[in-house]
Parts: sequence; C-alpha cells; structure tokens
Amino acid sequence: MTAPLPLHSADTLVLYGETFASRLLLGTSRYPSPQILENAIRIASPAMITASLRRQGSGNAETESGFWQLLKKMAVPVLPNTAGCHSPQEAITTAQMAREVFDTPWLKLELIGDDYTLQPDTLQLVQTAEYLIKDGFKVLPYCTEDLILCQRLVDVGCQAIMPWAAPIGTGQGPLNPYAMKLLRERLPVPLIVDAGLGLPSHACTVMEWGYDGVLLNTAVALATDPIMMAKAFANAVSAGRMAFLSGTMTAQDSAQASTPLIGTPFWHQE
Amino acid sequence: MRIVVNHIPRDLPALSKVSDLLQFISAKPPYAVAVNLQFIPKTQHSIHILEENDQVEVIAPVTGG
Repeated sequence: MTAPLPLHSADTLVLYGETFASRLLLGTSRYPSPQILENAIRIASPAMITASLRRQGSGNAETESGFWQLLKKMAVPVLPNTAGCHSPQEAITTAQMAREVFDTPWLKLELIGDDYTLQPDTLQLVQTAEYLIKDGFKVLPYCTEDLILCQRLVDVGCQAIMPWAAPIGTGQGPLNPYAMKLLRERLPVPLIVDAGLGLPSHACTVMEWGYDGVLLNTAVALATDPIMMAKAFANAVSAGRMAFLSGTMTAQDSAQASTPLIGTPFWHQE
Repeated sequence: MRIVVNHIPRDLPALSKVSDLLQFISAKPPYAVAVNLQFIPKTQHSIHILEENDQVEVIAPVTGG
C-alpha cells in the first residue's frame, strides 16, 4: 500500500497544465536592494517571480544588468508583465518583446484603463487576452473581481484568472469579499489574487475562501524587513490553503461550550 | 534619415537596418525591439530596413510587480 503524499507535495498549483509547488507569486520591484530581493525570493520560494520591460538606458545600466543576472541565478520561472500598457496593441507588442527577452510564453496581462486607480481596462481586456492566447501565450490576466468579465476571460481561453483584491500597491486587502467569494464559487479555473494585499492575514483569508494563489509585491518590498515578510506571506498562503482543504467550521450565533458539561464538579440543576 | 529611438531623435544613413541601429546606439543584450509599435523579432534585425521617422523602442528587462 502506498503511503499518502504529504499535503505540501500532493496539493500543487496547476496553471495551463504546469505544476508549481508554491502558491505564492512574488513581484520584484521596490525592494531596498538587490540582495534583499534575492534573499526574499530564496526564503519565500515562490512559484514565479514577475518582471517587466522598460526602454534600455532609461534606468541605471548596472542595475538593469544586475537584475538580469539575478534572474538567471535564481532559476525561478519568470512571469513578465505588460505594466503601463494602455492599449491592446501596446500590450500585444510588449508581450511579444517579453516572450523573446525572457524566453517564456507566460504573461501577466495588464491593460490599464485608469492611471489613478490602475484599474484594468475591462472593456478591452478580453479581446486582448484572446489575441495573445491565439498567439501562444499562457495568459494570466490582471482584472477586477467582476464575475462576467472573468467568465468572458475564461470563455476566450484563459486557464487562470487574476482578480485584484484592491488597487495595486494600496495594501488594503479584499475590498469586496462578497464578489470575490462569488467568483470563487462560480468559476472552475484557478484564481490568483493579484494586487491590493497588505498583510499576510489578507493572503490567508483569500486562500481560506478557496483561491488558488496570491501574487504580491509591495507588501513584501516595503516592509521594514522584507525577507521576514516574504516568509510570513509564504506561511500565510500555506496556512490559508490548508484551512480551505480542511473544511472550516460553521460560525454560530450563540456560545457552545467546548468542554463537556457532563460531570462538571459542583454542577447542580436549578 | 531621422529615426526616433526610445523617444530620442537619431540620424542614421538611409536604408539602415535594425541591426545597424542597435550597433549605432551600442545596445547591450538582452533587449527586444519594436518599430512603430510592431514587434521585430531578432531573426529580422538584420533584414528589417528602417524608414524616415520610424519610432523605435529598444527595451530591456527590469524589475516588475
């Protein structure tokens, strides 16, 4: 008889048929230093790390070169994004450039509709995702928690969806629990919460709801100790997932003693 | 001819190709190129001929969220 697999190895994240041991995806921006970024990645062991593209020479050449070397050294799958793209053509061209540079079909599709909230352009996101999927990309679309939008993304071939919890970088945690829980109930594909998480408890909560993973950046990068926070998020994701699989108790309106009443000393019936 | 590279005007000889431009600006790998918002794969860099007022983007990997 074969022994059952331990939870951590049996319960893997599957995206587009590929298996990942971790359910945490980690961004690489805004860390105090490259060394802290590297250590945060090492301690969190994320399924993927995100990266982006900018004009060559727009930043510090040494920093750009160092990041590329870090990506090579870490050997963690890279999830390129299309951050900053405001039109379908910008997103498509950026995606194609990212595929060549990073040598990967994975793509975090960002199509920004509003610069103030960084809210995705929900009206053009579906057609853009459809084009990219037909072009061979494994698209993980950053979107809102709108059920119909997410359903349409699934309809055009997205095998995983990444709704926000709150606007990027706000750290506010899930602002619309009703819609996010409904989304989980209605959509059969993997759901990864992308953006807006500020605390490990936020990550734990959405995992308890049955979400399949979380993608975050700022909450770790801007912590006083990003390395410790990276581990805290990794643990929270794991704890939330185990809680979901365990089946949580139903909340009660009135107290129910957990210690048996029968045989209570000094007890007498009034 | 005038070519705009990463938002900076450059003067290149007529019939210059993408590979000529990359050499001209001393681009360092890894990079990818788009001309007038169309991706130009690296297999086309030595073939694609630039035209007057082309808008060229040469991008490099950076951190991202």
